[in-house]
Amino acid sequence: MASNNDTIGKTLTVAVSLCVVCSIIVSAAAVMLRPAQQANKDLDRKSNILAAAGISDSSKSVDELFAQITTRMLDMETGKFTDAVNAEGYDARQAAKDPAQSIKLTADQDTASIRRQARYMPVYMVESQGEIEKLILPVHGYGLWSTLYGFIALEGDLNTVGGFGFYEHAETPGLGGEVDNPVWKNLWQGKSVYAEGSYTPKLAVIKGKVGAATPDAEFKVDGLSGATLTSVGVSNLVQFWMGENGYAPFLANLKAGGV
Amino acid sequence: MSKTNEVVLTPIFKNNPIALQILGVCSALAVTSSMSVTVVMCLALTSVTAFSNLFISSIRNHVPGNIRIIVQMTIIASLVIVVDQVLKAFAYEISKQLSVFVGLIITNCIVMGRAEAFAMKNPPGISFLDGIGNGLGYSVVLLSVGFVRELFGSGKLFGFEILPLVTDGGWYYSNGLLLLPPSAFFLIGIFIWILRTAYPDQVEKPEFEMAPNTKKEAA
Repeated sequence: MASNNDTIGKTLTVAVSLCVVCSIIVSAAAVMLRPAQQANKDLDRKSNILAAAGISDSSKSVDELFAQITTRMLDMETGKFTDAVNAEGYDARQAAKDPAQSIKLTADQDTASIRRQARYMPVYMVESQGEIEKLILPVHGYGLWSTLYGFIALEGDLNTVGGFGFYEHAETPGLGGEVDNPVWKNLWQGKSVYAEGSYTPKLAVIKGKVGAATPDAEFKVDGLSGATLTSVGVSNLVQFWMGENGYAPFLANLKAGGV
Repeated sequence: MSKTNEVVLTPIFKNNPIALQILGVCSALAVTSSMSVTVVMCLALTSVTAFSNLFISSIRNHVPGNIRIIVQMTIIASLVIVVDQVLKAFAYEISKQLSVFVGLIITNCIVMGRAEAFAMKNPPGISFLDGIGNGLGYSVVLLSVGFVRELFGSGKLFGFEILPLVTDGGWYYSNGLLLLPPSAFFLIGIFIWILRTAYPDQVEKPEFEMAPNTKKEAA
């Protein structure tokens, strides 16, 4: 190694030129790959919405299938549709962090442990002849290790669950990670969220299995064995998002026809 | 040629970075619960080690001694960011599962260790091969741990069902422990045990030996 490497001039030259070269490489990679990454993210979100709605057709691309879904923005404060923000490019997760675009939840409201809630949420609908066939609502909440992000699909009666699934979580594989198990996800189908005439969600995950003898079986889903905290988290997030701070006012408006 | 072979092949068993040098164990615990994730992690780490060795070695004669660690870190960190971006663009599903662990390659001791121990003293070509060799050594351990964990933990390999689980109507009761990170400790321990039985010279001399406390002089 040459002895003149340790002079101040050489040290600074090496440090500065190295930083310049490295930053050019890193930013070039980030800029060049951004379109592909964004496309991946969109595709992922869309395919999850389709999965929650139970739409699948391997002969068509995700984008083609997604064409039958209408996206509307919902104002969580009024429970009505809004045109204040554009659904295209709107990121609810980013908005939830921004005090100007989100609502702070008090400790007793915040049953899903999400602290802040975006003021506007995108909702997705499958419509036929002006009637809602399926309504797909984004939900999230804290499980054991991570925030679980998913979609819950409701049938046209706005009460029966048509599908449920998470697209992002970091729960323990094999235990809490079983929220991705198709068998468990199928258990949600056909369950009811609300009892007749009420907008307090009754749908919950219970400990153990739901049997014929379980009271109110139509509102109960099996817990995941070995994943009590994840099950509780899922139950809480469903209760939160279907409750008065979640989509209940919107669903009431929708049913009354006043959106 | 023999030198090339030696540099690439010895780290696989004889001088394995995880089993003998005990470097990079953290990610071996974290990302081995499924094979597809493990394979991508191995590829990511091997390419980062190889290229960081290559670049560090090619500027080794110009690196001032007092900032050499920072220079190495800068190069490694840049490479890791590039790998992370590439994964996000082309292997989105897997990059979601690897999440933070790609970023943590920066702190993986193997990369840093090879840069400091080998690349700073050897020419670029051989350093690149040394990076590949050590990446392969890391991969061997990760893949064998991942194989056992996925097969017996969730009855699958690369996501394909091998042992049908009871929860899906099969006969196999999965071993929940294998899906949790601590199980990798046992598996790596077994791996080291087998390796040291095959290469007895890897066994360290005990630092002191307990004397049989039977005679007066021995006490």
